[in-house]
Amino acid sequence: MTAIDRNMHAETDQPLLAVQGLTKRYGGRIGCADVSFDLFPGEVLGIVGESGSGKSTLLSCLAGHLPPDQGRVIFDTAAGPRDTVTMAEAERRRMARTDWAFVHQNPRDGLRMGVSAGGNVGERLMAIGARHYGDIRAQAIDWLGRVEIAADRIDDRPRAFSGGMQQRLQIARNLVTGPRLVFMDEPTGGLDVSVQARLLDLLRGLVREMGLSAIIVTHDLAVVRLLADRLMVMKGGHVVEQGLTDQVLDDPQHAYTQLLVSSVLQV
Amino acid sequence: MIEISNLSKAFTLHNQGAAVIPVMANANLHVRPGECVGLIGASGAGKSTLMRMVWGNYLAASGVIRVGGLDVAQAQPRQIIRLRRETLGYVSQFLRVVPRVPTIDVVAEPLRNLGVGEDQAQARAADLLARLNIPQRLWSLSPTTFSGGEQQRVNIARGFAHPYPALLLDEPTASLDAVNRSVVLALIEEAKARGAAILGIFHDEAARDQVCDRVVDVRAFTPKVAA
Amino acid sequence: MTAQDYNFAYLDEQTKRMIRRAILKGIAVPGYQVPFASREMPMPYGWGTGGVQVTAACLTPDDTLKVIDQGADDTTNAVSIRKFFQRTAGVAVTEATLDATIIQTRHRIPEAALTEGQILVYQVPIPEPLRFLEPRETETRKMHELEEYGLMHVKLYEDIARHGTIATAYAYPVKVEGRYVMDPSPIPKFDNPKLSGSPAIQLFGAGREQRIYAVPPYTHVVSLDFEDHPFVASKAPHDCDLCGAAESYLDEVITDDQGGRMFVCSDTDFCRTRREAGHVGHLGVPVQGGV
Repeated sequence: MTAIDRNMHAETDQPLLAVQGLTKRYGGRIGCADVSFDLFPGEVLGIVGESGSGKSTLLSCLAGHLPPDQGRVIFDTAAGPRDTVTMAEAERRRMARTDWAFVHQNPRDGLRMGVSAGGNVGERLMAIGARHYGDIRAQAIDWLGRVEIAADRIDDRPRAFSGGMQQRLQIARNLVTGPRLVFMDEPTGGLDVSVQARLLDLLRGLVREMGLSAIIVTHDLAVVRLLADRLMVMKGGHVVEQGLTDQVLDDPQHAYTQLLVSSVLQV
Repeated sequence: MIEISNLSKAFTLHNQGAAVIPVMANANLHVRPGECVGLIGASGAGKSTLMRMVWGNYLAASGVIRVGGLDVAQAQPRQIIRLRRETLGYVSQFLRVVPRVPTIDVVAEPLRNLGVGEDQAQARAADLLARLNIPQRLWSLSPTTFSGGEQQRVNIARGFAHPYPALLLDEPTASLDAVNRSVVLALIEEAKARGAAILGIFHDEAARDQVCDRVVDVRAFTPKVAA
Repeated sequence: MTAQDYNFAYLDEQTKRMIRRAILKGIAVPGYQVPFASREMPMPYGWGTGGVQVTAACLTPDDTLKVIDQGADDTTNAVSIRKFFQRTAGVAVTEATLDATIIQTRHRIPEAALTEGQILVYQVPIPEPLRFLEPRETETRKMHELEEYGLMHVKLYEDIARHGTIATAYAYPVKVEGRYVMDPSPIPKFDNPKLSGSPAIQLFGAGREQRIYAVPPYTHVVSLDFEDHPFVASKAPHDCDLCGAAESYLDEVITDDQGGRMFVCSDTDFCRTRREAGHVGHLGVPVQGGV
């Protein structure tokens, strides 16, 4: 999808993802409570909050990894809007490897460490029926190039890669089927600063070129400032504030957001 | 093009005893297409605050900020994102970019976001960088390592890459030498000539006198402190 | 100790009923791994405890049993299992493939075409074909349930990436009747085509892993492959040195420490039958009493 398509989408009033009253409890404790928002095509939404604020629980519920107790997660599928919470598991899993992508904080959770880089990238293609080795390999090489991994590393296993390369490989593996929505859990966590910058640049380029929508969970305010169009601040499982990213960061309204913003070390 | 009426703003500092600091009340202002309006007033009088509210960066407490038909004070985030992409440009005093992205791509990005092809966007970016006397050997480097003046010029090039119908300029000529200052002023004149509505802050009085059609003193919008 | 101390075919009747139910379910859902309550058998895991339990559940006093290990009737595993059932069930035994009603096998399918009414029982070490890449049982079950078999091709992809060709030579994964992906046990891929459309019932027993699965007669079984790397049923490029057979699966036998070696049919019954019919290979001698 080109950026022009993306802009045309941006003018539609049909959200790509509509979340309504999403609630998840762990026994008596709240994971996340009554979360509602719309995500439009081409938008990047950041979710910030301290550890235990419920942002990872929310992401898991959105991505179908955890069943929520209440609420709806309506995705605009090719066949129209569908509630992914109540759809059949087979359909949800099929969507998870075609229309959706999930980038884990730890590449080990998102990669098959015993499988070569090419096999990792090719898996989603094979999962949706690709049966031509040469084509699969050509696409894998193309995608390794797009995430700046040299083609001659295609048969190396991820173990032989640096942390930043592993994370880029995970991104290639996820984006090869051209998803429309990407969930990212601390995608730059655990990487050193220069590698983070490279990854951020890469993600921004891919989001723009592919017209991706993304939901990024992070505790790094610098990351969301550079990547996210919109920001949601969570505390104790509740969304305490949401809005335009730079507005929330520069003119925070809620006490907790003000504390969060003022706690960041200035470089 | 830009129309502000009865605008007010206060900051509530929740972590400092919930102190409420009113910073603006009953602001009224308009900028017509092809017009450049300068904001004046002492430091802390609220010039930057007003600019940031028009940009959607600060929330308004009450009032209307109409830019190209959209009320920024009430708009949804995605409406503001679209406004910033298509209609409203902003040259701030600070350059905020992803590290390691080449300067030419930083300048071309607003056009790329509008769907302009890479070659065309880069050509426009190269044109502006050359005009603003950024040496070509720096174009492929990230501007994060540039001097203050160079960063300022990159920021200006970025702000003028797309012919926005409305522009916000925050000290566009600060820290520039005479040659580059005149280039920037020419860019502003050109923008006015094509019908852009410009709202700016100029501490450089000569520059202000040269490009501004009117000035508005923001001290008129300073809230009366309740004694 | 005498054979009379045991129930017929060693296992008690309730256990055999339980196993038969698992077998019937397996036949009803071809390729699906049916869990069963595998019993301790008087042999170690890895020696065919799964196959033995399936055989025990299928045996009747009228059956004729053949047991092969890698095609041979005369290796330790085959001999001991054959003796086991001779003692505990008193059934007739044979080495002739065509005379047997039940054939328990480890790692081969006999060369002679099987017929209706025969049962072929495979010993299976690891029944889960997806285990290579997905260690979680909950996840592999889910993948079977939802027919998510892309991972199986990742394994074949890795083979080609590393070796230039699909190097998997045994336990080559197959899809049964267009539904379940199945591990055919560690038979050479040379035998894979014989899985499909066989008139015999094919039963698979994994004792340690407690799974039984089945391929009913005349079931369509396809070996997985890529369009540009199609499945090839390969064997050593030789004729049998004893019987001269060109189309049978061969074992390589080292004959001295000077690099001398010979290739012989792994199916001993097939080789003997051919030699008795007068076929002589490169290093063979005519069999006495032959034609």
